[in-house]
Amino acid sequence: MNITEKILARASGKTKVSPDDVIFANVDKVMVHDVSGPGVIAVFEKLKKTGMKIEKLWAPEKVWVAEDHFVPAADKISAQNVVLLTQFTKEYGIEKHFKYGMGQYGICHTLSHEEAMVLPGEVYVGGDSHTNTTGALGAFAAGLGHTDVAYVLLNGKIWFKVPETIYFKLNGKLPDYVMAKDLILKIIGDIGTDGGAYKTMQFGGSGISEMSVEERLTLTNMTTEAGAKSGIIEPDQKIRDYLAQRGATNYSEVHGDPDAQYEKTYEYEASELDPIVAKPFSPENITVARELSSVSLDKAYIGSCTGAKLEDLRAAAKILKGRKVKIRTEVLPAAISIFRKAMDEGLVKIFMDAGAMVGPPTCGACCGAHMGVLAKDEVCISTTNRNFPGRMGHVESKTYLASPLVAAASAITGKITDPRDIK
Amino acid sequence: MKGSVIKYERDNIDTDVILPGPYLKIHDYNELAKHAMEGIDKDFHKKVKPGDFLVAGKNFGCGSSREHAPIALSYSGVKAVLALSFARIFYRNAVDGAFLLPIEIEENAYKDISEGDQLEIEISKNEIRNMTKNATYKIKPFPELIGKIIAAGGLFNYKP
Repeated sequence: MNITEKILARASGKTKVSPDDVIFANVDKVMVHDVSGPGVIAVFEKLKKTGMKIEKLWAPEKVWVAEDHFVPAADKISAQNVVLLTQFTKEYGIEKHFKYGMGQYGICHTLSHEEAMVLPGEVYVGGDSHTNTTGALGAFAAGLGHTDVAYVLLNGKIWFKVPETIYFKLNGKLPDYVMAKDLILKIIGDIGTDGGAYKTMQFGGSGISEMSVEERLTLTNMTTEAGAKSGIIEPDQKIRDYLAQRGATNYSEVHGDPDAQYEKTYEYEASELDPIVAKPFSPENITVARELSSVSLDKAYIGSCTGAKLEDLRAAAKILKGRKVKIRTEVLPAAISIFRKAMDEGLVKIFMDAGAMVGPPTCGACCGAHMGVLAKDEVCISTTNRNFPGRMGHVESKTYLASPLVAAASAITGKITDPRDIK
Repeated sequence: MKGSVIKYERDNIDTDVILPGPYLKIHDYNELAKHAMEGIDKDFHKKVKPGDFLVAGKNFGCGSSREHAPIALSYSGVKAVLALSFARIFYRNAVDGAFLLPIEIEENAYKDISEGDQLEIEISKNEIRNMTKNATYKIKPFPELIGKIIAAGGLFNYKP
């Protein structure tokens, strides 16, 4: 069995599972945020109206909560949702609630790794499609809707069809100025936005071993954009060190068998990859950044769980250092712990000296919620994960998806720019 | 189950157009219904009638995990979405929450069915009858567990 099959077999008490088997898997961790939390609360209310008694959760210590989509409170309804979430965590005894403006807080997927909320070998589900992100730690991580999360909160398990696995092998280390974001955009361009549908996308090879943990998280994060159920990478020493730095050493790793089966394998030569951009209105609509050098921009957005981790900010700062932005540029670190590290390293000063705005952690404009949404006809280059019509604001705005290096280089010139072309 | 068709001849109809991001903060199901399909069809809530079926191409419901998407369609009156294929979270949200039926159709049905056609769907026979065009199409049977959850009326009513 491969790593995903072995995790799902262990979680369902079976010695072997195969693709297409339907299982009920025991869940190790579950997450809700300020959108899915109130959604789950609404499901609870609906169930109570049918006469069901809901007094306690299956395991409050396995549940954690983030506030990220509409914080800082975008309006009265958003503020009320956060109040509702607080009442919920109090009522059901959930202690791990990362409250905006109280110690650590940030985007849920970023907290999942920054705070080592999820560990290798675990089954992790969250009320958000980018829950896949955390699979980079060697866990089975999948997004669910409100009814399913409510079911997990009360029963501790959920059904899954065991997915086929597609294996993506990266040979060699990524060249300078090419990031994991370029690789995953290339992959989505190759297989399409339903190329991973219902499947697991696993990454491996020497290029992945060379890659940092944060860069790996960019790959698994955007498996969602290929429709995948989950993304996963086998844990190695880099993962162990990353987790140990965050106080987590006690877990049971799972690795695929030597004869593990994959539905299909794709190979990529790192040396052949270029900075890539996905044009509106789909992450599969890719081309090399250099072909878009005539596209004029109104804004650069460096934010989200995909593109505002510490290394993403370091990459952007490398380009912005000593230069001035030509278009509105917004930098929103994905968690306050990352914001603090960026400050300590002098990155925030670099951004501000360049003329960019540095804002608080939030999903914000990535999902068109607030904090910098786009007007009609505005054109944005963004380190986020989706560019569907209206995703970041007006239905007739346009978003180009790119790495933090490309976004920063484009911020300097006001046009889409390959970072290798910045003099 | 009888109803008439609203057709969007396109693939990858994502959750951002089914129920745009700014409305994610809303959890009043009837309020969500007013914004269904707003990303591609501002007039949807005016033209949709109780019992209608949506017809679309492949990968319907891709994108986010928001259960708001099937909720908004369901509370608009949509009883089933007939598509070439579905994104996974939309599919399981529709079934587990018992909001609507996600029915996989074949290419010939997708091409043949037009806006306004009157259909009758018979799940037990895995069949759609197009009463307007006097045609019959096969539908892909639901996988065993999905069929049982649908029959039970959602995941919470299903006893494993």
